[in-house]
Amino acid sequence: MTVKRTTRAAPRRRSVILIAGCVPAGLIVALALVSFFWLPYPLDDTSGGRLSPPGASHLLGTDKLGRDLLSQVMIGARIALESGAGAVAIGGVLGVATGLAAGFANRWVDDTFSALLDVLIAFPTLLLAMLVVAAQSASLGSAIVAIGLAMTAVVARLTRILVKRVLAQDYITAARTSGTSWPRVITGHVLPNIWPTLVVNLALQFGLAVLAEASLSFLGLGAPPPNASWGRMLQEAQATVSTAPYGAVAPGVLLVALVVGVNLIADGLRDTLDPTRRRSS
Amino acid sequence: MSSPVLAVRDAGFAYRGAAPVLHGVSLEIAAGRSVAIVGESGAGKTTLLRLLLGLNRPTGGEVLFDGQPLDLRNRARMRAFRRSVQSVFQDPYSSLDPRQRVRRIVSEPLRSLGLAGPDTDGRVAAALAGVGLPADAGDRYPHEFSGGQRQRIALARATVCDPRVLLADEPVSALDVTTRVRIVDLLGELKESRGLTIAMVSHDLSVVAALCEHTAVLESGRVVEQGDTREVLGAPSHPYTARLIASVPRLLSALRLEKHDG
Amino acid sequence: MSLLDVTGLSVVTDSGRALVSDLSFTVEQGGRLGLIGESGSGKSLTALAVMGLLPPGLTASGSVVLDAPGLGRTEMVGAAESRLRPLRGRGAGVVFQEPLTALDPLMRVGRQIAEPLRRHRGLRGAELRRAVAAAIDRVQLPEPDRIARAFPHEISGGQRQRVALAMALAAEPALLIADEPTTALDVTVQAEVLGLLGELIAEKDMALLFVSHDLAVVSGVTDELVVLKDGRAVESGRTADLLHAPRQPYTRSLVESARTFENALERITR
Repeated sequence: MTVKRTTRAAPRRRSVILIAGCVPAGLIVALALVSFFWLPYPLDDTSGGRLSPPGASHLLGTDKLGRDLLSQVMIGARIALESGAGAVAIGGVLGVATGLAAGFANRWVDDTFSALLDVLIAFPTLLLAMLVVAAQSASLGSAIVAIGLAMTAVVARLTRILVKRVLAQDYITAARTSGTSWPRVITGHVLPNIWPTLVVNLALQFGLAVLAEASLSFLGLGAPPPNASWGRMLQEAQATVSTAPYGAVAPGVLLVALVVGVNLIADGLRDTLDPTRRRSS
Repeated sequence: MSSPVLAVRDAGFAYRGAAPVLHGVSLEIAAGRSVAIVGESGAGKTTLLRLLLGLNRPTGGEVLFDGQPLDLRNRARMRAFRRSVQSVFQDPYSSLDPRQRVRRIVSEPLRSLGLAGPDTDGRVAAALAGVGLPADAGDRYPHEFSGGQRQRIALARATVCDPRVLLADEPVSALDVTTRVRIVDLLGELKESRGLTIAMVSHDLSVVAALCEHTAVLESGRVVEQGDTREVLGAPSHPYTARLIASVPRLLSALRLEKHDG
Repeated sequence: MSLLDVTGLSVVTDSGRALVSDLSFTVEQGGRLGLIGESGSGKSLTALAVMGLLPPGLTASGSVVLDAPGLGRTEMVGAAESRLRPLRGRGAGVVFQEPLTALDPLMRVGRQIAEPLRRHRGLRGAELRRAVAAAIDRVQLPEPDRIARAFPHEISGGQRQRVALAMALAAEPALLIADEPTTALDVTVQAEVLGLLGELIAEKDMALLFVSHDLAVVSGVTDELVVLKDGRAVESGRTADLLHAPRQPYTRSLVESARTFENALERITR
């Protein structure tokens, strides 16, 4: 019996990537969790003196109003993760549902769906965010809804293509001639075969959502003060970046670390989830 | 001659907005016989097979199962139909779900048709043994097997619920020639030992000659000739059939030429 | 001096797995050699290695010497791309299995045939147009004007393979390498293309290296065979001898398998 063997090196390298991604992401999750129980200073505490450099009493220094930067960064971690998770929840659920429907629909419905998705994708996230904010008000919730809606189109389009590809496989026809009902074809064959790709893509979308929230906050379309978003911290530090650069360093570094971490996790997941890269014994 | 298990009567088919693929096709598949549907690409072979499998409804004429018109909406009848008629496909790489273990793949018809029970594992093991695969094959994934072994897995899935009819779409054309011989032998064996009726779509006349008793030749969506394989291939009455036969590459013709040379 | 002299050819992956091992064969001027094997035998890789066309990640070692008249002796293994380019087309032309992927989908067929004619024979203008028409005519394509203006997807599989053949033959190579050229075609079309191939080869006294998994097909167009299994030559010799009296068990099983089907058909059609 010839049993094809995959090389052992590949999965191990992948797990290294996965761990490399979990380290920065895990640290940021830890920061966010701690912020629920403890902060060095309350966010509205301006006792620290303006633009103090990092030191014993303020580990990362203070901003131009004298507020502690570490406390802001910790709250910012929470907001970044919330916006990533919230947007992925909205975009994932709506996107996968629409994509599945379009993938299974007849040609006419599918064409209409695709046209709508193309319009939605062409629509800038920023414009969408401004519309949502105009309809409601500038808040973290509005920003998350806007980012999630923009993500829906991308996820739906991917899901639709993945579904079409799986449906063209002979094992779907074989399942149908085996008497398997459509709902069971979806849960038994379609979803298991598309979710690894979807999970990887949603992880990448998580990183993009974090960036999008930072951009919206930078423009004043995100969570209002005193809630500290990394994007708003960057915007506030912008004016003083030449005299006191540390105000921009911490949120900037964490933003990059989180996005890189999440992207590495996505990369690592890609092959960990694929049984053809695994050996069963 | 016994009554047909499956038949198409004056069937036509057109995909929406396209020219018809089949025109007035009539074909009977008698119980316990092996029938070949022969033709080249675009002749409508696979479409005809999809009608016989109840995957598409003919746009004209009808498909008969045990003498009754096949009604895709009648769930009870369709369940009986699915249990009786199973299928095997051409590409052994696309016909097995890569994310399921072989045991789960082979047991799918039992689960889907409500036949699963305490004896499921036993039936899967018996089906795997019946196609010449080792018992531990069930624990592995499809990608761990070669093309021929995968086609055996597909055959195990198709026979696990003891169907009466096996509909096969080019079941050996993707396989190497040495493997092809073994799978054709296996099909013949399954036919004999289980009284299985086999209908096979093929472009390969030598495989048809080796396995099938009845042959229908399809050209541009029409059956141009059908009957006993020995008569259709031995004394073709339609020029297209004759051309098909003449086109089959032969080892012996090479040898004959050699003899003329020297 | 042989036209193509392959000595100790090996193809190894980056991870060190040998896909072709220590393969040797020669093709004489005007000779017709078949490489036969099942999937994974390394037959197609051998054809690519001969042309210096191995995909990235694969390395050839050993020696492949192409001695085309007027082009000099060239060692193809390890040769620089610039050294190989003039040989492709003029030294050896290639036809692949899937004509749809071998042709540029966005270029009209006539222009694709014109390309090698212009590059290798330096033809221009009206002369070039006449040569394209002649090339299309040579592979017996109907309505040469329509075909020349068509895009690859607008013509049938058999016609595409004839176009690919016309391109491979445009520069009148000394050697034609055909990698499963008829496997994707219907039987009746396969018979026609094989017939055409044989005629063209004989007409120009061209040498042929024919790669196939189908013993019946390969035996019809070649005089000599190399049987490959797992990247190694199992047996080689005159085609007729191998079919009549295969010495190795593997060759025997190939011949017997092919015979099994053929006999089934022969019994009926004789």
